[in-house]
Amino acid sequence: MKQFLEGSRAVAEAVKLCKPGVISAYPITPQTHIVEELAQMVADGELNAQFVNVESEHSAASVVLGAVATGVRAFTATSSQGLIYMSEVLFNIAGLRLPLVLTCANRALSAPINIWNDQQDSVSLRDSGWIQLYAENNQEVVDFHLMAYRVSEDKTIMLPVMVCMDGFILTHGMESVDIPEAEKVDIFLPPYKPLYQLDPAEPITMGLLADPDYYMETRFAIQETFKDVLKFIPKVSEEFRSIFGRDYKDGLVEEYYTKDAEKVIVAMGSVCGTIKEVVDELRQKGKKVGLLKIISYRPFPYSRVCDVLKDVSKVAVLDKAVSLGALAPLAVEIKATFFGKKKSPKIISSFVAGLGGRDITLESIREVFRKLTQKEVSSEFIDLKPELLKEEYGE
Amino acid sequence: MFGPLIVKPSKAKGDKTGSWRVQLRPKFLQKNCIGCKMCLLICPEGCIQGKEKNTYITDYNFCKGCGLCAKICPKSDIIMIEETSEGEKK
Repeated sequence: MKQFLEGSRAVAEAVKLCKPGVISAYPITPQTHIVEELAQMVADGELNAQFVNVESEHSAASVVLGAVATGVRAFTATSSQGLIYMSEVLFNIAGLRLPLVLTCANRALSAPINIWNDQQDSVSLRDSGWIQLYAENNQEVVDFHLMAYRVSEDKTIMLPVMVCMDGFILTHGMESVDIPEAEKVDIFLPPYKPLYQLDPAEPITMGLLADPDYYMETRFAIQETFKDVLKFIPKVSEEFRSIFGRDYKDGLVEEYYTKDAEKVIVAMGSVCGTIKEVVDELRQKGKKVGLLKIISYRPFPYSRVCDVLKDVSKVAVLDKAVSLGALAPLAVEIKATFFGKKKSPKIISSFVAGLGGRDITLESIREVFRKLTQKEVSSEFIDLKPELLKEEYGE
Repeated sequence: MFGPLIVKPSKAKGDKTGSWRVQLRPKFLQKNCIGCKMCLLICPEGCIQGKEKNTYITDYNFCKGCGLCAKICPKSDIIMIEETSEGEKK
């Protein structure tokens, strides 16, 4: 049923439909509303789950780790510093092959402290073994949560999924969202059946010391599984379409006017909505531009990206995060896609925008298209204020 | 694909720590042994057995090669030798 909801409320509704048995979270802006709504649902008896209040994100992640290990579906959500504080446990959850879904309300990292949106927090955890899906709007956020549990809990996958939604822009944005029917969700997402679980009657040990004789195989196995994830997400996406009607194609990327495009922007998250608007505007003027939206950042769909972009002459990669001292994170992947390939874009320029919540406006996107010329640029900051910069430390 | 993740509970006997030895292993000469049992008592792995004098021996499946038995033997009847010398490495 279509409802006009705040993004956070929509997430809570989606999670409720997934029926987690344990929820644990620590409030942090801009994630707070998500867990606030869920706590209310549990208190009102709408959701039969245990909501565990904890003293930190590290504990919240530890609680859900333990919960999944005992064979229960669990959920947590966080942002920014909270995600980084969780990071130790997040690597463990992936290493233990525990299926879990976490909502990351994307927010900038300190210092200086900043509560607004960019994608530095989740991008920084790209190597943690978590599947990362980036949503453009609140409908995708809802649908990706259902798909996330489905992918995560499959016996061949068993990896945690991070659903990333831009803080404030999506979490606090009001949109009309189609909340799926509970009966359909039950068909799409059967109850979680663990392969192994912690049970005093039949004791096992998870995550025991793995010395040099054993550790490498655990990492290799995750690396191999990510290849399976690339094949499995399209299947889940197709299943999702057949039950709920919304079509995310292969669920890895979304192509928007890329077929005949000469200039394409590659981006992730809510900024894709803004880019689509500029693409529409420029298309009306007869300019051949397009957008490639990356949904699955981990695993990264190299061959899909290659297929889409190989005949495009100029590509701009728009990052809402930086890898300080190196190329921007998404740009690295796009460049790596085409390294050593015969057919590739002539220009792959990299732009950084919207850090710490600086608005990426229609004009910012137009500027990216304008700067996408014969000269390749690397990690060019858009909408920078040079008057705030100086060469030496101090006043 | 999965790597080794789950361990079922087992006794310490299942964990053959002999693979930990890197360079040296104890050799029980069984010549001047007086049966004082000091080697058996000090062994952190508990893998030394023996009853009479000159009968004490270690189980190389478990011996980590720490050298405590050789150090404590009052008759210097246990010596540490190179893994590769004098016979096969276990």
